[in-house]
Amino acid sequence: MRAMVYRGPYKIRVEEKDVPRIEHSNDAIVRVTTAAICGSDLHLYHGLMPDTRVGSTFGHEFVGVVHEIGPSVRSLSVGDRVMVPFNIYCGTCFFCARGLYSNCHNVNPNATAVGGIYGYSHTTGGYDGAQAEYVRVPFADVGPAIVPDWMDEEDAVLCTDALATGYFGAQLADITEGDVVVVFGAGPVGLFAARSAWLMGAGRVIVVDHLDERLEMARTFAYAETVNFTQHKDVVVEMKRMTGWLGADRVIDAVGAEADGNLLQHVTSAKLKLQGGSPIALNWAIDSARKGGTVSVMGAYGPIFSAVKFGDAMNKGLTLRMNQAPVKRQWPRLFEHMRSGYLKPNDIVTHRIPLEHIAEGYHIFSAKLDGCIKPLVVPDAS
Amino acid sequence: MPYTADKPPLPETPEQLRARIPGWGADLDPADRPSYPREVQGLETGAHWDLPEQQEERQPRERSIEHARLTPAFGTSVPLKGLSGVVRSYAYRRFSEGRAAHWLLLIAADRVDAVESHLTSFTTRRPDNPVTETGVLAEASHHPVRSRAGRVDPRHQVLDPVIVVGPWVLAAVVVYRSVRAMVRRART
Repeated sequence: MRAMVYRGPYKIRVEEKDVPRIEHSNDAIVRVTTAAICGSDLHLYHGLMPDTRVGSTFGHEFVGVVHEIGPSVRSLSVGDRVMVPFNIYCGTCFFCARGLYSNCHNVNPNATAVGGIYGYSHTTGGYDGAQAEYVRVPFADVGPAIVPDWMDEEDAVLCTDALATGYFGAQLADITEGDVVVVFGAGPVGLFAARSAWLMGAGRVIVVDHLDERLEMARTFAYAETVNFTQHKDVVVEMKRMTGWLGADRVIDAVGAEADGNLLQHVTSAKLKLQGGSPIALNWAIDSARKGGTVSVMGAYGPIFSAVKFGDAMNKGLTLRMNQAPVKRQWPRLFEHMRSGYLKPNDIVTHRIPLEHIAEGYHIFSAKLDGCIKPLVVPDAS
Repeated sequence: MPYTADKPPLPETPEQLRARIPGWGADLDPADRPSYPREVQGLETGAHWDLPEQQEERQPRERSIEHARLTPAFGTSVPLKGLSGVVRSYAYRRFSEGRAAHWLLLIAADRVDAVESHLTSFTTRRPDNPVTETGVLAEASHHPVRSRAGRVDPRHQVLDPVIVVGPWVLAAVVVYRSVRAMVRRART
Protein backbone atom coordinates (compact mmCIF):
# COMPACT_ATOMS: atom_id res chain seq x y z
CA MET A 1 0.00 0.00 0.00
CA ARG A 2 1.02 3.66 -0.30
CA ALA A 3 1.70 5.43 2.98
CA MET A 4 3.16 8.66 4.26
CA VAL A 5 6.48 7.89 5.98
CA TYR A 6 8.47 10.12 8.36
CA ARG A 7 12.13 10.50 7.36
CA GLY A 8 13.35 12.87 10.11
CA PRO A 9 12.48 16.45 11.14
CA TYR A 10 10.74 18.38 8.33
CA LYS A 11 11.06 15.42 5.95
CA ILE A 12 8.42 12.96 4.84
CA ARG A 13 7.74 10.95 1.70
CA VAL A 14 5.29 8.40 0.33
CA GLU A 15 6.49 4.79 0.27
CA GLU A 16 5.20 1.29 -0.37
CA LYS A 17 4.46 -0.45 2.95
CA ASP A 18 2.83 -3.76 3.78
CA VAL A 19 -0.92 -3.59 4.33
CA PRO A 20 -1.32 -3.87 8.13
CA ARG A 21 -2.40 -7.23 9.47
CA ILE A 22 -4.68 -8.33 12.30
CA GLU A 23 -2.45 -8.32 15.40
CA HIS A 24 -5.16 -8.78 18.04
CA SER A 25 -8.47 -10.61 17.87
CA ASN A 26 -10.43 -7.34 18.17
CA ASP A 27 -8.52 -5.51 15.45
CA ALA A 28 -10.00 -4.26 12.21
CA ILE A 29 -8.14 -3.15 9.12
CA VAL A 30 -9.72 -0.04 7.63
CA ARG A 31 -9.23 1.24 4.09
CA VAL A 32 -8.84 4.98 4.54
CA THR A 33 -11.07 7.13 2.35
CA THR A 34 -10.28 10.53 3.87
CA ALA A 35 -7.73 11.55 6.50
CA ALA A 36 -6.61 14.90 7.83
CA ILE A 37 -3.41 16.58 8.88
CA CYS A 38 -3.79 17.91 12.41
CA GLY A 39 -1.88 20.83 13.87
CA SER A 40 -0.46 18.39 16.39
CA ASP A 41 0.98 16.31 13.51
CA LEU A 42 3.27 19.27 12.98
CA HIS A 43 4.85 18.63 16.39
CA LEU A 44 5.87 15.20 15.08
CA TYR A 45 6.91 16.62 11.72
CA HIS A 46 9.14 19.16 13.43
CA GLY A 47 10.75 16.47 15.61
CA LEU A 48 9.30 17.73 18.91
CA MET A 49 7.67 14.54 20.17
CA PRO A 50 10.06 12.07 21.83
CA ASP A 51 10.38 8.63 20.20
CA THR A 52 9.12 9.58 16.77
CA ARG A 53 10.78 6.91 14.67
CA VAL A 54 11.89 7.20 11.08
CA GLY A 55 9.61 4.93 9.06
CA SER A 56 6.46 5.63 11.04
CA THR A 57 3.22 6.85 9.45
CA PHE A 58 1.28 9.76 10.95
CA GLY A 59 -2.43 10.50 10.91
CA HIS A 60 -5.05 10.24 13.66
CA GLU A 61 -8.10 11.82 12.01
CA PHE A 62 -9.74 9.55 9.47
CA VAL A 63 -12.77 7.80 8.06
CA GLY A 64 -12.75 4.72 5.90
CA VAL A 65 -14.28 1.39 5.00
CA VAL A 66 -13.77 -1.81 6.99
CA HIS A 67 -11.51 -4.08 4.94
CA GLU A 68 -10.90 -6.95 7.37
CA ILE A 69 -11.95 -7.83 10.93
CA GLY A 70 -10.44 -9.95 13.68
CA PRO A 71 -12.24 -13.06 14.98
CA SER A 72 -13.74 -11.38 18.08
CA VAL A 73 -15.14 -8.29 16.34
CA ARG A 74 -18.95 -8.21 16.68
CA SER A 75 -20.11 -4.70 15.89
CA LEU A 76 -18.51 -4.15 12.48
CA SER A 77 -18.61 -5.98 9.17
CA VAL A 78 -16.43 -5.79 6.10
CA GLY A 79 -17.68 -2.92 3.95
CA ASP A 80 -18.97 -0.75 6.82
CA ARG A 81 -18.16 2.94 6.49
CA VAL A 82 -16.61 4.00 9.78
CA MET A 83 -15.36 7.08 11.57
CA VAL A 84 -12.62 6.41 14.09
CA PRO A 85 -11.81 8.57 17.15
CA PHE A 86 -8.16 9.49 17.45
CA ASN A 87 -8.08 7.73 20.83
CA ILE A 88 -7.21 4.03 20.93
CA TYR A 89 -8.84 2.53 24.03
CA CYS A 90 -9.90 -0.81 25.46
CA GLY A 91 -13.23 0.16 27.05
CA THR A 92 -12.74 -1.73 30.33
CA CYS A 93 -9.63 -0.58 32.22
CA PHE A 94 -9.89 1.58 35.38
CA PHE A 95 -9.83 4.76 33.28
CA CYS A 96 -12.11 3.65 30.43
CA ALA A 97 -14.60 2.41 33.03
CA ARG A 98 -14.83 6.02 34.24
CA GLY A 99 -15.21 7.57 30.79
CA LEU A 100 -11.58 8.67 30.52
CA TYR A 101 -11.17 7.07 27.10
CA SER A 102 -8.19 9.22 26.20
CA ASN A 103 -6.34 7.94 29.25
CA CYS A 104 -6.70 4.19 28.61
CA HIS A 105 -4.14 2.08 30.52
CA ASN A 106 -4.26 -0.96 28.23
CA VAL A 107 -3.05 0.31 24.87
CA ASN A 108 0.23 2.15 25.36
CA PRO A 109 3.17 0.20 26.77
CA ASN A 110 5.57 3.07 26.12
CA ALA A 111 4.08 5.55 28.57
CA THR A 112 1.56 5.77 31.38
CA ALA A 113 1.34 9.56 31.06
CA VAL A 114 -0.63 9.39 27.82
CA GLY A 115 -3.09 6.98 26.23
CA GLY A 116 -2.98 5.45 22.76
CA ILE A 117 -3.20 7.58 19.61
CA TYR A 118 -2.98 6.57 15.96
CA GLY A 119 0.19 7.67 14.20
CA TYR A 120 1.53 9.76 17.01
CA SER A 121 4.97 8.36 17.89
CA HIS A 122 5.89 5.51 20.18
CA THR A 123 5.24 7.81 23.13
CA THR A 124 1.54 7.19 22.42
CA GLY A 125 1.91 3.48 21.73
CA GLY A 126 3.75 3.04 18.44
CA TYR A 127 0.71 2.63 16.22
CA ASP A 128 0.91 3.54 12.56
CA GLY A 129 -1.49 6.26 11.46
CA ALA A 130 -3.99 6.81 8.71
CA GLN A 131 -2.21 9.02 6.20
CA ALA A 132 -2.04 5.83 4.19
CA GLU A 133 -4.29 3.56 2.20
CA TYR A 134 -4.93 1.18 5.11
CA VAL A 135 -4.66 1.38 8.89
CA ARG A 136 -4.91 -1.08 11.76
CA VAL A 137 -7.73 -0.17 14.19
CA PRO A 138 -7.36 -1.90 17.59
CA PHE A 139 -10.43 -2.61 19.75
CA ALA A 140 -12.73 -2.26 16.77
CA ASP A 141 -15.81 -2.93 18.91
CA VAL A 142 -14.99 0.08 21.10
CA GLY A 143 -13.57 3.01 19.14
CA PRO A 144 -15.04 3.19 15.63
CA ALA A 145 -18.66 3.99 14.81
CA ILE A 146 -20.56 3.58 11.58
CA VAL A 147 -20.88 6.95 9.84
CA PRO A 148 -24.54 8.02 9.92
CA ASP A 149 -26.16 8.14 6.48
CA TRP A 150 -26.87 11.86 6.79
CA MET A 151 -23.27 12.77 7.58
CA ASP A 152 -20.88 14.15 5.00
CA GLU A 153 -17.49 12.42 4.65
CA GLU A 154 -15.51 15.57 5.50
CA ASP A 155 -17.74 16.42 8.46
CA ALA A 156 -17.15 12.90 9.75
CA VAL A 157 -13.38 13.30 9.53
CA LEU A 158 -13.53 16.51 11.54
CA CYS A 159 -15.60 14.77 14.21
CA THR A 160 -12.74 12.32 14.86
CA ASP A 161 -10.62 15.00 16.52
CA ALA A 162 -10.78 18.73 15.75
CA LEU A 163 -14.50 19.35 16.34
CA ALA A 164 -14.71 16.99 19.31
CA THR A 165 -11.58 18.51 20.84
CA GLY A 166 -12.81 22.07 20.40
CA TYR A 167 -16.20 21.24 21.93
CA PHE A 168 -14.51 19.37 24.76
CA GLY A 169 -12.25 22.37 25.37
CA ALA A 170 -15.24 24.67 25.71
CA GLN A 171 -16.85 22.21 28.15
CA LEU A 172 -13.65 22.04 30.20
CA ALA A 173 -13.80 25.81 30.55
CA ASP A 174 -17.08 25.53 32.51
CA ILE A 175 -18.74 28.28 30.49
CA THR A 176 -21.96 29.66 31.92
CA GLU A 177 -24.40 32.26 30.57
CA GLY A 178 -22.81 35.64 29.98
CA ASP A 179 -19.20 34.55 30.43
CA VAL A 180 -16.47 36.40 28.59
CA VAL A 181 -14.44 33.74 26.77
CA VAL A 182 -11.02 34.29 25.21
CA VAL A 183 -9.63 31.66 22.83
CA PHE A 184 -5.93 31.76 22.01
CA GLY A 185 -5.38 30.25 18.57
CA ALA A 186 -7.65 30.38 15.52
CA GLY A 187 -6.68 27.01 14.11
CA PRO A 188 -9.34 24.31 13.71
CA VAL A 189 -9.57 23.48 17.43
CA GLY A 190 -9.69 27.15 18.43
CA LEU A 191 -12.38 27.89 15.84
CA PHE A 192 -14.50 24.97 17.03
CA ALA A 193 -13.94 25.90 20.68
CA ALA A 194 -15.03 29.48 19.97
CA ARG A 195 -18.14 28.30 18.13
CA SER A 196 -18.91 25.84 20.95
CA ALA A 197 -18.59 28.59 23.58
CA TRP A 198 -21.68 30.25 22.09
CA LEU A 199 -23.62 26.97 22.37
CA MET A 200 -22.89 27.08 26.10
CA GLY A 201 -24.20 30.62 26.43
CA ALA A 202 -21.08 32.78 26.31
CA GLY A 203 -21.79 36.49 26.41
CA ARG A 204 -18.70 37.43 24.46
CA VAL A 205 -16.08 35.41 22.56
CA ILE A 206 -12.70 36.89 21.64
CA VAL A 207 -10.22 34.96 19.45
CA VAL A 208 -6.51 35.85 19.40
CA ASP A 209 -4.07 34.91 16.62
CA HIS A 210 -1.64 36.56 14.22
CA LEU A 211 -2.76 35.05 10.92
CA ASP A 212 -5.25 37.28 9.13
CA GLU A 213 -7.04 34.52 7.23
CA ARG A 214 -7.63 32.61 10.46
CA LEU A 215 -8.91 35.70 12.24
CA GLU A 216 -11.25 36.27 9.31
CA MET A 217 -12.51 32.68 9.75
CA ALA A 218 -12.96 33.37 13.48
CA ARG A 219 -15.20 36.30 12.61
CA THR A 220 -17.24 34.56 9.91
CA PHE A 221 -17.36 30.94 11.10
CA ALA A 222 -17.15 31.44 14.87
CA TYR A 223 -18.93 34.84 15.12
CA ALA A 224 -16.11 36.04 17.38
CA GLU A 225 -14.41 39.34 18.03
CA THR A 226 -10.78 39.04 16.99
CA VAL A 227 -7.44 40.39 18.12
CA ASN A 228 -4.25 40.22 16.07
CA PHE A 229 -1.59 40.11 18.76
CA THR A 230 1.05 41.54 16.44
CA GLN A 231 -0.88 44.80 16.47
CA HIS A 232 -0.56 45.24 20.21
CA LYS A 233 2.54 45.89 22.24
CA ASP A 234 1.30 43.55 24.97
CA VAL A 235 -1.62 41.24 24.25
CA VAL A 236 -2.29 40.60 27.95
CA VAL A 237 -2.82 44.32 28.56
CA GLU A 238 -5.15 44.38 25.55
CA MET A 239 -7.16 41.48 27.00
CA LYS A 240 -7.44 43.35 30.30
CA ARG A 241 -8.51 46.51 28.51
CA MET A 242 -11.17 44.62 26.53
CA THR A 243 -12.59 42.99 29.66
CA GLY A 244 -13.00 46.05 31.83
CA TRP A 245 -9.55 45.46 33.38
CA LEU A 246 -10.75 42.31 35.16
CA GLY A 247 -9.63 39.63 32.73
CA ALA A 248 -11.70 36.99 30.98
CA ASP A 249 -13.92 34.57 32.90
CA ARG A 250 -12.80 31.61 30.80
CA VAL A 251 -9.72 31.26 28.62
CA ILE A 252 -8.93 28.43 26.22
CA ASP A 253 -5.40 27.62 25.02
CA ALA A 254 -5.89 26.15 21.56
CA VAL A 255 -2.31 26.66 20.42
CA GLY A 256 0.05 24.32 22.23
CA ALA A 257 3.66 23.41 21.72
CA GLU A 258 4.64 25.65 18.84
CA ALA A 259 3.15 28.94 19.98
CA ASP A 260 4.58 32.13 18.55
CA GLY A 261 4.85 35.58 20.05
CA ASN A 262 8.02 35.22 22.09
CA LEU A 263 11.15 34.43 20.11
CA LEU A 264 13.12 32.95 23.03
CA GLN A 265 10.30 30.63 24.10
CA HIS A 266 9.62 29.53 20.54
CA VAL A 267 13.22 28.88 19.59
CA THR A 268 14.11 27.02 22.81
CA SER A 269 11.14 24.70 22.35
CA ALA A 270 10.09 24.33 18.73
CA LYS A 271 13.58 24.67 17.26
CA LEU A 272 16.04 23.52 19.94
CA LYS A 273 13.65 21.01 21.62
CA LEU A 274 14.76 22.13 25.09
CA GLN A 275 11.16 22.44 26.34
CA GLY A 276 8.17 20.14 25.97
CA GLY A 277 6.49 22.99 24.17
CA SER A 278 6.48 26.73 23.85
CA PRO A 279 4.08 27.87 26.59
CA ILE A 280 3.52 31.37 25.23
CA ALA A 281 -0.21 30.96 24.66
CA LEU A 282 -0.64 29.13 27.96
CA ASN A 283 1.13 31.92 29.84
CA TRP A 284 -0.95 34.53 28.03
CA ALA A 285 -4.05 32.52 28.98
CA ILE A 286 -3.03 32.45 32.64
CA ASP A 287 -2.34 36.17 32.66
CA SER A 288 -5.47 37.08 30.67
CA ALA A 289 -7.89 35.16 32.89
CA ARG A 290 -9.60 36.97 35.70
CA LYS A 291 -8.87 35.95 39.27
CA GLY A 292 -10.93 32.87 40.11
CA GLY A 293 -11.38 32.15 36.40
CA THR A 294 -10.80 28.97 34.42
CA VAL A 295 -8.13 28.10 31.89
CA SER A 296 -8.85 25.17 29.57
CA VAL A 297 -5.80 23.70 27.89
CA MET A 298 -6.46 22.08 24.51
CA GLY A 299 -3.06 22.82 23.04
CA ALA A 300 -0.82 19.74 22.88
CA TYR A 301 2.50 19.78 24.71
CA GLY A 302 5.30 17.24 24.86
CA PRO A 303 6.16 15.28 27.99
CA ILE A 304 9.21 17.24 29.11
CA PHE A 305 9.16 20.43 31.15
CA SER A 306 7.91 23.78 29.87
CA ALA A 307 8.39 27.22 31.44
CA VAL A 308 4.79 27.73 32.57
CA LYS A 309 3.83 30.55 34.96
CA PHE A 310 2.28 28.44 37.67
CA GLY A 311 2.89 31.15 40.27
CA ASP A 312 0.45 33.47 38.54
CA ALA A 313 -2.07 30.65 38.18
CA MET A 314 -1.83 29.85 41.88
CA ASN A 315 -1.95 33.43 43.10
CA LYS A 316 -4.96 34.22 40.91
CA GLY A 317 -6.87 31.19 42.16
CA LEU A 318 -7.32 29.84 38.66
CA THR A 319 -8.79 26.49 37.82
CA LEU A 320 -6.69 24.77 35.17
CA ARG A 321 -8.47 21.97 33.32
CA MET A 322 -7.03 19.87 30.53
CA ASN A 323 -6.98 16.47 28.85
CA GLN A 324 -6.90 14.86 25.47
CA ALA A 325 -10.53 14.75 24.38
CA PRO A 326 -12.38 11.45 24.86
CA VAL A 327 -13.81 11.85 21.38
CA LYS A 328 -16.62 9.32 21.31
CA ARG A 329 -18.24 10.76 24.44
CA GLN A 330 -18.68 14.05 22.57
CA TRP A 331 -20.41 12.57 19.55
CA PRO A 332 -24.09 12.17 20.53
CA ARG A 333 -24.58 15.83 21.44
CA LEU A 334 -22.35 17.04 18.61
CA PHE A 335 -24.37 15.00 16.12
CA GLU A 336 -27.54 16.69 17.46
CA HIS A 337 -25.97 20.10 16.92
CA MET A 338 -24.90 19.16 13.38
CA ARG A 339 -28.37 17.88 12.50
CA SER A 340 -29.88 21.06 13.94
CA GLY A 341 -27.67 23.09 11.64
CA TYR A 342 -25.71 24.71 14.46
CA LEU A 343 -22.38 23.25 13.32
CA LYS A 344 -21.05 22.58 9.82
CA PRO A 345 -17.52 21.33 10.49
CA ASN A 346 -16.14 21.22 6.96
CA ASP A 347 -16.65 24.96 6.54
CA ILE A 348 -13.08 25.30 7.83
CA VAL A 349 -11.47 22.90 5.33
CA THR A 350 -9.18 24.87 3.03
CA HIS A 351 -7.04 22.26 1.25
CA ARG A 352 -7.59 18.76 -0.09
CA ILE A 353 -4.30 16.99 -0.85
CA PRO A 354 -3.69 13.69 -2.67
CA LEU A 355 -1.62 11.32 -0.56
CA GLU A 356 1.11 11.31 -3.21
CA HIS A 357 1.62 15.07 -2.62
CA ILE A 358 1.62 14.92 1.16
CA ALA A 359 5.18 16.27 1.54
CA GLU A 360 4.04 19.49 -0.12
CA GLY A 361 0.87 19.41 1.99
CA TYR A 362 2.85 19.28 5.22
CA HIS A 363 5.05 22.14 4.09
CA ILE A 364 2.07 24.30 3.10
CA PHE A 365 0.38 23.61 6.46
CA SER A 366 3.55 24.03 8.49
CA ALA A 367 4.56 27.29 6.79
CA LYS A 368 0.89 28.44 6.79
CA LEU A 369 1.06 29.18 3.06
CA ASP A 370 -1.92 30.01 0.95
CA GLY A 371 -4.29 30.58 3.88
CA CYS A 372 -4.07 26.94 4.93
CA ILE A 373 -6.26 26.25 7.96
CA LYS A 374 -7.32 22.61 7.65
CA PRO A 375 -5.86 20.22 5.05
CA LEU A 376 -7.44 16.87 4.27
CA VAL A 377 -5.59 13.94 2.71
CA VAL A 378 -7.18 11.72 0.10
CA PRO A 379 -5.49 8.36 -0.56
CA ASP A 380 -5.58 7.31 -4.18
CA ALA A 381 -7.11 3.93 -3.38
CA SER A 382 -10.30 5.59 -2.16
CA MET B 1 -12.34 53.38 35.99
CA PRO B 2 -13.49 52.40 39.48
CA TYR B 3 -13.25 48.76 40.55
CA THR B 4 -16.75 47.78 41.73
CA ALA B 5 -18.59 44.52 42.46
CA ASP B 6 -20.44 44.71 39.15
CA LYS B 7 -19.50 42.74 36.08
CA PRO B 8 -18.73 45.03 33.16
CA PRO B 9 -21.78 45.22 30.85
CA LEU B 10 -21.84 42.90 27.83
CA PRO B 11 -22.20 44.41 24.37
CA GLU B 12 -25.19 42.22 23.44
CA THR B 13 -28.18 40.77 25.29
CA PRO B 14 -28.94 37.02 25.22
CA GLU B 15 -31.84 37.75 22.85
CA GLN B 16 -29.54 39.56 20.43
CA LEU B 17 -27.00 36.74 20.60
CA ARG B 18 -29.67 34.09 20.04
CA ALA B 19 -30.86 35.96 16.97
CA ARG B 20 -27.37 36.41 15.55
CA ILE B 21 -25.61 33.10 16.31
CA PRO B 22 -27.01 29.70 15.25
CA GLY B 23 -27.46 27.49 18.30
CA TRP B 24 -26.60 30.13 20.90
CA GLY B 25 -27.47 28.66 24.29
CA ALA B 26 -28.28 25.16 22.99
CA ASP B 27 -26.10 23.81 25.81
CA LEU B 28 -26.95 26.59 28.24
CA ASP B 29 -28.00 24.33 31.11
CA PRO B 30 -24.84 22.95 32.76
CA ALA B 31 -26.93 20.01 34.03
CA ASP B 32 -27.75 19.05 30.44
CA ARG B 33 -24.25 18.55 29.12
CA PRO B 34 -24.03 14.77 28.77
CA SER B 35 -20.38 14.72 27.77
CA TYR B 36 -19.25 17.18 30.46
CA PRO B 37 -15.69 16.17 31.41
CA ARG B 38 -15.94 14.22 34.65
CA GLU B 39 -15.54 10.64 35.73
CA VAL B 40 -18.71 8.70 34.95
CA GLN B 41 -19.23 4.99 35.49
CA GLY B 42 -21.56 2.65 33.63
CA LEU B 43 -21.03 4.03 30.13
CA GLU B 44 -21.63 1.51 27.32
CA THR B 45 -18.32 1.19 25.48
CA GLY B 46 -18.97 -1.80 23.23
CA ALA B 47 -16.34 -3.90 25.02
CA HIS B 48 -17.43 -7.51 25.59
CA TRP B 49 -14.58 -8.52 27.88
CA ASP B 50 -13.48 -7.77 31.41
CA LEU B 51 -9.83 -8.09 30.54
CA PRO B 52 -8.80 -7.68 26.92
CA GLU B 53 -7.05 -10.58 25.28
CA GLN B 54 -3.24 -10.19 25.10
CA GLN B 55 -1.75 -9.29 21.72
CA GLU B 56 1.05 -11.67 20.72
CA GLU B 57 4.54 -10.27 21.38
CA ARG B 58 6.30 -11.36 18.19
CA GLN B 59 9.53 -9.70 19.28
CA PRO B 60 10.62 -8.16 22.58
CA ARG B 61 8.64 -4.95 23.04
CA GLU B 62 10.05 -2.05 25.04
CA ARG B 63 7.81 -0.57 27.71
CA SER B 64 7.74 2.07 30.41
CA ILE B 65 8.92 0.80 33.79
CA GLU B 66 5.90 2.58 35.24
CA HIS B 67 3.78 -0.22 33.72
CA ALA B 68 3.43 -3.50 35.59
CA ARG B 69 3.12 -5.46 32.36
CA LEU B 70 3.08 -5.24 28.61
CA THR B 71 -0.29 -3.75 27.71
CA PRO B 72 -2.86 -6.06 26.04
CA ALA B 73 -2.59 -4.10 22.79
CA PHE B 74 0.37 -2.18 21.43
CA GLY B 75 1.66 -0.71 18.22
CA THR B 76 4.04 -2.56 15.96
CA SER B 77 4.99 0.33 13.76
CA VAL B 78 8.81 0.50 13.81
CA PRO B 79 10.72 -1.95 16.04
CA LEU B 80 13.95 -0.85 17.72
CA LYS B 81 17.00 -1.02 15.50
CA GLY B 82 20.56 0.28 15.23
CA LEU B 83 22.28 2.66 17.62
CA SER B 84 19.06 4.64 18.11
CA GLY B 85 17.42 1.39 19.20
CA VAL B 86 20.14 0.85 21.81
CA VAL B 87 19.63 4.36 23.20
CA ARG B 88 15.85 4.01 23.21
CA SER B 89 16.01 0.62 24.86
CA TYR B 90 18.27 2.05 27.58
CA ALA B 91 15.94 5.02 28.13
CA TYR B 92 12.95 2.69 28.61
CA ARG B 93 14.83 0.15 30.74
CA ARG B 94 16.66 2.54 33.04
CA PHE B 95 14.51 5.65 33.57
CA SER B 96 10.86 6.19 34.49
CA GLU B 97 8.73 8.78 32.70
CA GLY B 98 9.25 10.98 35.74
CA ARG B 99 12.93 11.44 34.90
CA ALA B 100 14.04 14.06 32.40
CA ALA B 101 16.79 11.66 31.29
CA HIS B 102 14.12 9.32 29.90
CA TRP B 103 12.71 11.90 27.54
CA LEU B 104 15.98 13.61 26.67
CA LEU B 105 17.52 10.26 25.71
CA LEU B 106 14.51 9.50 23.53
CA ILE B 107 14.85 12.86 21.79
CA ALA B 108 18.58 12.25 21.32
CA ALA B 109 17.78 8.82 19.89
CA ASP B 110 15.39 10.47 17.42
CA ARG B 111 18.28 12.56 16.07
CA VAL B 112 20.53 9.48 15.89
CA ASP B 113 17.73 7.62 14.11
CA ALA B 114 17.47 10.36 11.48
CA VAL B 115 21.21 10.28 10.78
CA GLU B 116 21.30 6.48 10.68
CA SER B 117 18.31 6.37 8.37
CA HIS B 118 19.69 9.01 6.02
CA LEU B 119 22.99 7.15 5.75
CA THR B 120 21.24 3.81 5.26
CA SER B 121 19.08 5.32 2.52
CA PHE B 122 22.22 5.95 0.45
CA THR B 123 22.71 2.19 0.22
CA THR B 124 19.24 1.78 -1.29
CA ARG B 125 17.77 2.62 -4.67
CA ARG B 126 15.81 5.47 -3.08
CA PRO B 127 18.18 7.75 -1.13
CA ASP B 128 16.71 10.55 0.96
CA ASN B 129 16.10 13.71 -1.01
CA PRO B 130 15.82 16.77 1.24
CA VAL B 131 14.32 18.84 -1.58
CA THR B 132 11.34 16.62 -2.34
CA GLU B 133 10.91 15.33 1.22
CA THR B 134 10.64 18.80 2.77
CA GLY B 135 7.92 19.75 0.29
CA VAL B 136 9.68 23.05 -0.19
CA LEU B 137 8.91 22.96 -3.93
CA ALA B 138 5.33 23.88 -3.00
CA GLU B 139 6.55 27.36 -2.08
CA ALA B 140 6.60 28.57 -5.69
CA SER B 141 2.92 27.89 -6.35
CA HIS B 142 1.49 28.88 -2.96
CA HIS B 143 2.12 32.61 -2.53
CA PRO B 144 5.27 32.46 -0.38
CA VAL B 145 5.58 36.24 0.09
CA ARG B 146 1.95 37.27 0.41
CA SER B 147 1.25 34.35 2.78
CA ARG B 148 3.91 35.57 5.21
CA ALA B 149 2.94 39.24 5.31
CA GLY B 150 2.16 40.62 8.79
CA ARG B 151 3.10 37.43 10.66
CA VAL B 152 5.54 36.96 13.52
CA ASP B 153 6.85 33.53 12.56
CA PRO B 154 8.89 34.36 9.43
CA ARG B 155 11.64 35.74 11.70
CA HIS B 156 12.31 32.24 13.02
CA GLN B 157 11.31 30.34 9.88
CA VAL B 158 14.76 31.27 8.59
CA LEU B 159 16.03 28.73 11.13
CA ASP B 160 14.13 25.89 9.45
CA PRO B 161 16.55 25.47 6.53
CA VAL B 162 19.42 25.54 9.04
CA ILE B 163 17.78 22.73 11.01
CA VAL B 164 17.11 20.69 7.87
CA VAL B 165 20.29 21.35 5.90
CA GLY B 166 22.67 22.00 8.82
CA PRO B 167 23.24 18.35 9.76
CA TRP B 168 23.91 17.50 6.09
CA VAL B 169 26.49 20.28 5.82
CA LEU B 170 28.03 19.21 9.13
CA ALA B 171 28.19 15.59 7.97
CA ALA B 172 29.78 16.65 4.68
CA VAL B 173 32.44 18.65 6.55
CA VAL B 174 33.18 15.73 8.87
CA VAL B 175 33.45 13.28 5.94
CA TYR B 176 35.65 15.70 3.97
CA ARG B 177 37.98 16.29 6.90
CA SER B 178 38.18 12.58 7.73
CA VAL B 179 38.99 11.64 4.16
CA ARG B 180 41.56 14.45 3.91
CA ALA B 181 43.21 13.31 7.15
CA MET B 182 43.33 9.70 5.92
CA VAL B 183 44.83 10.77 2.60
CA ARG B 184 47.47 12.86 4.38
CA ARG B 185 48.32 9.98 6.70
CA ALA B 186 48.62 7.63 3.73
CA ARG B 187 50.98 10.02 1.97
CA THR B 188 53.30 10.41 4.98
